[in-house]
Amino acid sequence: MRASLRIFFIGGLTSYRALFTWLTPWILIPTFIVEPIFQVLFFAFVGRDAGVGSDSFYLVGNAVQFASIPCLFAMGNTISNERYTQTLGLLLASPARRLPLFLGRALPVILNGFLVSLVVLTLGAAVLRISIPVSSWLPLVAVLAVSSFSCTGLGLMSAALALRVRETATLANVIIGVLIIFCGVNVPVPALPGWMQTISNVLPLTHGIEAARELVGGASWGSVTGLVTTEALIGVVYAGIGMAMLYLLEIESRRSATLELA
Amino acid sequence: MSAEATTYAPSPRDSSVPGAAQRVRRVLRLVGIGWWLQLKNRSRSSFDGILSIAYPLFYATSIFFLYRQNGDQAALVSAAVGASLMGVWSAVSTSASLTLQGERRQGTLELLVAAPTPFSLVILPATVSMATIGLWSLVVTLLWGRLVFGIPISFDQPFVFVVASVVLAFSLGLVGFLQAMASVRYRFAWALGTLFEFPVWLICGFLVPLSLLPDWVRPISWLLPPTWGVGAVRQAALGGSPWPDIGMCLLTGAVYAAIGVVLARRLVDSARGNATLALT
Repeated sequence: MRASLRIFFIGGLTSYRALFTWLTPWILIPTFIVEPIFQVLFFAFVGRDAGVGSDSFYLVGNAVQFASIPCLFAMGNTISNERYTQTLGLLLASPARRLPLFLGRALPVILNGFLVSLVVLTLGAAVLRISIPVSSWLPLVAVLAVSSFSCTGLGLMSAALALRVRETATLANVIIGVLIIFCGVNVPVPALPGWMQTISNVLPLTHGIEAARELVGGASWGSVTGLVTTEALIGVVYAGIGMAMLYLLEIESRRSATLELA
Repeated sequence: MSAEATTYAPSPRDSSVPGAAQRVRRVLRLVGIGWWLQLKNRSRSSFDGILSIAYPLFYATSIFFLYRQNGDQAALVSAAVGASLMGVWSAVSTSASLTLQGERRQGTLELLVAAPTPFSLVILPATVSMATIGLWSLVVTLLWGRLVFGIPISFDQPFVFVVASVVLAFSLGLVGFLQAMASVRYRFAWALGTLFEFPVWLICGFLVPLSLLPDWVRPISWLLPPTWGVGAVRQAALGGSPWPDIGMCLLTGAVYAAIGVVLARRLVDSARGNATLALT
């Protein structure tokens, strides 16, 4: 038990610091602060030009979506950078239990995604002069944390695929692109075709974004608990599928000796 | 070997000393061949090619859905033109910043810097080739808009549209060249490139008219070649007189290229002097 806790907390933090190479301020500030603010501004102005949606609509959509960036990239890096540093084989040959090993790596990532979202939401609101009710901030923090968790579930799946594909950054970009279109980031889900709405309902972020928009609009925590619970459940399902995929693809990689070849 | 051969002094009419016309021809040949070589090199990976087309389509799709909501067909067509140009900048912004880092990683940066050919003339074709590949994304985004969203594609001046698009791509290549040079001492140059993607889309009027932006932003926009290039493409597509904008796009692009050449000389000399070219 103690070993598992050590792997979960210390192993997770060490892995995050060692393998997520974006932690230098030279990457962190442009990628997690400046770029997201400009994305928010870009879509807010596009919305003004199109005469569709309010500034707060685009602020919330893009701020919550930015939780997915560290969640997907950092989780992909946990595998691809292990391979790059030639430690992937050693890691998977170790007797460490896989559940604390990979979930421990997810915890700092969830925190990272949550902080990015919160910073973008705060700075974006200041730049666009959007007033968010004081009573909404605490529930918003909870929604952002849950959305970061659900994205990390998707990140675990991405990490599992990294056992089979080399271009994890590309994979993460593609997944983020899909989330931007399907999850109501800039286009309300009801404005999408029916088949896209069906898909959006089973993706992370969709319910988190909807809940955050309602809270910014002044809704109470009680009125969004259903959406938040759904978002959390989706995260659990994705995390479960991600762990299963990691387990299966690890076996497959060992069997076919493709761990270093992917 | 005879004594005459070793003390040989070239006469003014000697063919081994190039004249002005020959120098220009050599430069054009170097840039042309460099561009073609880089274009072929960057077209090798179908995976990268598909991604460079697919990535801008994610944003274009959101934009088409967004503009379709208010039912204004003219605004949708204008947005389709703007969205199709976004991919050209996407193809340049991050990749251009990575140009020197890529050479550094391959171990060829020192060789290029040490070569007798001016360093700028080796890097310029690379960034222009990135913009050239971005033109594919322009075509695909317009087709995507036509086939999936039913946006009509009809240009007021088709020939000028092509000319303006090529000039815009060229000018973006020149901006990318300056970006590449500016990031010679920056180990994480890709982050710098990613940083510029949205600001350029926003303040150069790719989708949002400059009149919607705050007054203080407009002078900044006028200093950026894509502002004029996008204006030219939009006027060629939707009606207007694009030629003055095409001229301004080339002029501002040339200024960026000149600054890039000066920077290349200064920064590379400094890096050589301080032995920091490898950033190790």
